[in-house]
Amino acid sequence: MAILLKDLVNKNVPLNGGHRMCPGCPTPVIVKQILMSTDHPKVAANATGCLEVATTIYPYTAWNIPWIHNAFENAAATIAGIESAFRALIKRGEIAEDRKQTKFIAFGGDGGTYDIGLQSLSGALERGHNFLYVCYDNEGYMNTGIQRSSATPIGANTTTTPVGKVSYGKKEPRKDLISIVAAHHIPYIASAAPHNWMDTMNKAKKAIEVNGPAFMDVISPCVPGWKIRTDEWKGISEAAVKTCFWPLIEIENGEWRLTGESKKIADGKMEKLPVEEFLKSQGRFKHLFKLENKDVIKLIQDDVDKSWNYYKRMAGYND
Amino acid sequence: MKEIKKSWKNIPIGGNILEAGNSKNYITGTWRTFIPRLDKEKCVNCFQCWMFCPDNSISIVENKMVGFDYDHCKGCGMCVSVCPTKAITMEKEEK
Repeated sequence: MAILLKDLVNKNVPLNGGHRMCPGCPTPVIVKQILMSTDHPKVAANATGCLEVATTIYPYTAWNIPWIHNAFENAAATIAGIESAFRALIKRGEIAEDRKQTKFIAFGGDGGTYDIGLQSLSGALERGHNFLYVCYDNEGYMNTGIQRSSATPIGANTTTTPVGKVSYGKKEPRKDLISIVAAHHIPYIASAAPHNWMDTMNKAKKAIEVNGPAFMDVISPCVPGWKIRTDEWKGISEAAVKTCFWPLIEIENGEWRLTGESKKIADGKMEKLPVEEFLKSQGRFKHLFKLENKDVIKLIQDDVDKSWNYYKRMAGYND
Repeated sequence: MKEIKKSWKNIPIGGNILEAGNSKNYITGTWRTFIPRLDKEKCVNCFQCWMFCPDNSISIVENKMVGFDYDHCKGCGMCVSVCPTKAITMEKEEK
C-alpha cells in the first residue's frame, strides 16, 4: 500500500519536538521517515552520536518509543541482544499477542557505523538477527567538533584535515560501506536521501518488514560540519543524488537496483550534473574553487565517476 | 508555555525519566532569530513543511495546516524553502 502524506500527518511522530539537535538538521527528519514507514511497534537503539546526545539530555527524552543507548561501538550488538531476548520471551509466552510483531531498529552516525561500530555491525549481520540498522551519514565526527571519519569525501575541510598552504583537505576517498555490507549477503540493503521522502520511506518499509538483517545508509547534510545554511539541506541532498555523489541503491536478496533519480540518470532520462553542483554551496569545499585547487575537483569527479560506474555495472547497466 | 525547572526533590528515584517524549516540556523556541508566518489563503495543505520540519513544529488539525508550534520551532526556515506556494515567510522576531 502506498504511503500517503495525508495519512501520516494524523499519526503520532516517534520523535517529539524539544530535542536539541541543531536548527535545520535533517537527522530527526530521517528518523521520522524511517520509523513512520510502518505501523509495527518498534524498539530503537542508538550508537553514541549527535542523535543520541541531543535527543536525550537529562531529564528529558524526545523518544516516544522504547529506546536504549549503550556505547559508541555496539549499537548493532545491543539491538541484536534485545532481539534475541525478545525471541526468548516469545518462546516462554511472556509477550502479548499484539506485541509479537515488534521491530528492532538501530541508529548510528557514520562514526558509529563506518569506523567504531563496524565490527559489531558485521557480527550482528553475520548472526542474522532480525533488525534494521540505519546509518545517518553526515560524513564526519560532527558532534565532537568536525573531525574526519572514513565517510568524509576527498577534499573536505575538517579540523583533523585542515586546509592550508600544504593541504587541500582530506586526501583519501570515502569507504564504500554499501559494498562491505553487501558482502554479508543479507536480505536488504539500501542507500537513501531524505529529500526523496517517498523513496526513503518505501525502502524503510521493505527493510523493516524483511525477515533478517537489513541496512540503510542515509545522507544527512550537517549544518555546522558542511558549513551550510539551516534551510539548505534539502537542496544539497538532492544535488548529491543528481551528481551521482550519492547514488540511490537498493540490494534485495543480492539483486542490485538503482532507484529514484539515480535510475532516471542511468536510464538517460535525467542529466547527470557535474560534481561542482554538489560542492559549491558547502563551506567545507570552499577552498576547492580557488585557482590552485582546480585539480582537486577533477580528482573528486573521477572518484565519483568511478564509484557511479561500479554501482551502475552492479545494477546491470553497461558502461 | 513556561518551562518547568526540576530540582533534586522532584526527580524520580534512580534518575529515571517516567514520561515518554517529555522533551516537549523543554522550550527550544528561544533559539529563534527569525520566525515563520503562515498565509492561510495561499496554503494548499500539501504537508511538505510537516515532512521536512526537523522539530515537529507544524500544527495540523483535521488535515489542515493551522500554524506553528512556536515553543519548539528553532526558526531554521526549512518550511519556507520547501513550500510550493510561498505561503510561509520568515520575519525577524521581536523579543
